[in-house]
Parts: sequence; C-alpha cells; structure tokens
Amino acid sequence: MSRNPYVRPISTTTWYMRNGRYKVYVLRELTSFLVMFYSFLTIYGLAALAASAERWDTFLASQQSTAMIVFHGVALLYFLFFQTFPWFKLAPKAMPVQMGEKKLPDSYIIIGHYIAWLGVSVFILWLAGAF
Amino acid sequence: MSTQTRQMELEVMRYDPEKDDAPWFQTYSVPCMEDWVILDAINYVKDNLDTTLAYRWSCHMMVCGSCGMMVNGEPSLTCKTFIRDLPDKVRIEPLENFPIERDLVVVLDDVMQKLHQVQPYIIRKDDPPAEDKEYIQSRGALAKFKQLTMCINCMCCYAACPQYALNKDFIGPAALALAHRYNRDNRDQGKSDRLDILADHDGVWDCSFVGACSEVCPKHVDPAAAIQQMKVDGALEFWKQKMGIPGDKS
Repeated sequence: MSRNPYVRPISTTTWYMRNGRYKVYVLRELTSFLVMFYSFLTIYGLAALAASAERWDTFLASQQSTAMIVFHGVALLYFLFFQTFPWFKLAPKAMPVQMGEKKLPDSYIIIGHYIAWLGVSVFILWLAGAF
Repeated sequence: MSTQTRQMELEVMRYDPEKDDAPWFQTYSVPCMEDWVILDAINYVKDNLDTTLAYRWSCHMMVCGSCGMMVNGEPSLTCKTFIRDLPDKVRIEPLENFPIERDLVVVLDDVMQKLHQVQPYIIRKDDPPAEDKEYIQSRGALAKFKQLTMCINCMCCYAACPQYALNKDFIGPAALALAHRYNRDNRDQGKSDRLDILADHDGVWDCSFVGACSEVCPKHVDPAAAIQQMKVDGALEFWKQKMGIPGDKS
C-alpha cells in the first residue's frame, strides 16, 4: 500500500464563498475601504481649511449635498453593523476580567464599552459645538 | 431507547490513494435510529454496507477527538452530531484544509508538528520542588486556563480556519490555544521561550479574528479568544521592552 495524500484545491480569490461565516467576515473587512475613504476625506478637508476660508466653505457645502448625506448615513450604518456591534460583542474575548475563581460576566464588559462609546461621542459633539 | 428508524441518504466522500485521481462521492441509504449520531450511521455503513470505508473513531463520547469530519460543510465531531438535528440527506467529507489520506481519514502531521512547536508542557527555570512536594496552585489560578485544557485535538478548528486554509505556515487555533494554556499557568515559567514562535509572523498576528474556530469547537475551548488575549500580551510585552520595563522576555 502506498501513500498518495490528496490535497483539495482552494481558490485564493473566492474562498470566502464557502460559507456564510466567511462572507460576514469579508463584509467586515471591506469596511477598511470606508476607513481609507474617510482618511482621504479628512486630509482633503484639512487641506481646504489650511488653504483659505472660501475653500473650507466649499468643502463644507460639498458634504451637505443630498448624495453625500445619504452616503454618510449608509456608511454609518455599515460601520455600526459590521464593526461597532461585532467589535463590542467580541471585546470580552480579548479582555476577560477574572475576579478570583469567577469571570466578570461578558455583558458587563460589553455594556462598559457602549457607555464609553456614548461618552466619547458626547465629548466629540461638545467639541464640535453641537451643544 | 427509540426503535423508530428514519431512512437517510449519506453522501460520503471516497478516495483511494492507489486507484483514484481525485475524491468522489458515494451515497449510502442508512436506516437511522432517531437517537443516533452521525458516527453511528457511519459505523452502520462500515458494518453492514461497505467494509472498505476508512475513517477514524474511538471513544464515541467526545473525549478522544478522532471522529472530526465535515457534516454538511460544517466541521463537526460526528459523535456529537445528532441525526435528529439533520435533514434526510447528509454530506460527509474529511476535515477541510487537510490532505486526504483515504476516504474520511486526513493527514494530521502538520498540526502534530505545530502542537509540538509551541512547547505545550510546564517549563521551569528554577529548581524543581523536592521529590515529595508538588507545585501548589490555587483554584483561582487554575480558573485562568481551565477552559483551554478542554481541547481534545479534534482539529475542527483548523478545518474552520480560512487563514490556515490559505497559509499552511500559520500555527493555527488549537496549537495557539494550547500555548496560551501554558502561558497562563502560574506553575509555568516558559512564556519567554514560546514568545518567539507566538509573536512571529506565522503566530498570533496571522489570525484576523474570523472567529470560526470558536464557533465550531465542540468543547467550547474558544481558541479565537485565546489568540486575541495573546495579541494583547504580545503588544504589552513589545512596549515593555521599548520602555525598558522588565517583562517576560527579560
């Protein structure tokens, strides 16, 4: 009897079609394109601010068009469902808190993250002069 | 015990290394008891329909970890996968991401080598205790890693991991979880010895936290969590070294 192990081929371009779990993962990773977009947008905005008051006003006006508002809204929802919610859900895995023999319940760590998120959001809105 | 039977179609992947160029599927019609697990159905095939079918199993009670297979595309311990939870047609394949030795038997050499590589044993730097003494460990210290000791090396996690599928150099979930088990053991002093392997490119940083390993783990070991914790440990160790604070590597 001779050995002749068979290696099943795997596609390097379509492997994530194998199951739903991988598809969700790839959708999560695709948020990196939005991160890239917002990085460029921030740099562009800063450049406009540095250039002149008129350029800055033009930049602000461009962000207030219906198309951009819809885009920002969709991007926000996409981030929420594929980054924020899963990330907070996974947080207790990366940073478990042990107290004696027991682990702090995951829900405490998750809720703590949401409270911190809310705090940071309110702080940023305050910095931006929202109230 | 239930006497009701249900006729099920088992589509089983077959591969004979001496005859076949590629695997193919053979369908068996199996009268299954409702309280059977998939392994019972496969045993029925072997005992009554086809003695040539090759597969691994031993304990039939989620301890030995040898009956891991793909059941309808999901890495599963077949002794834990109940017939009653499945449709009438079930596809059974050898674990994904491993070469097929024959039929449902896979080649595990690569993972065996990786398990060995992470030095999964207690390493002591100081003198061992006197012969009649043991290392004392509190229940709290045991709780820090007990979950990780539940691994039975069924390798379902490797079959679920897309990183391992694409890059065979990745150390992978079970071996990394095992390394973390010893790193967290307060009797162990070998964390620095394991650091070079774990913090290397093919170590924890190859994991992109798909989380599939933890979802399929039949023993709830949660290797994905172990790997993320090791990333935190590794990053802290890196900054400790940068800032000249004595750490595990010192």
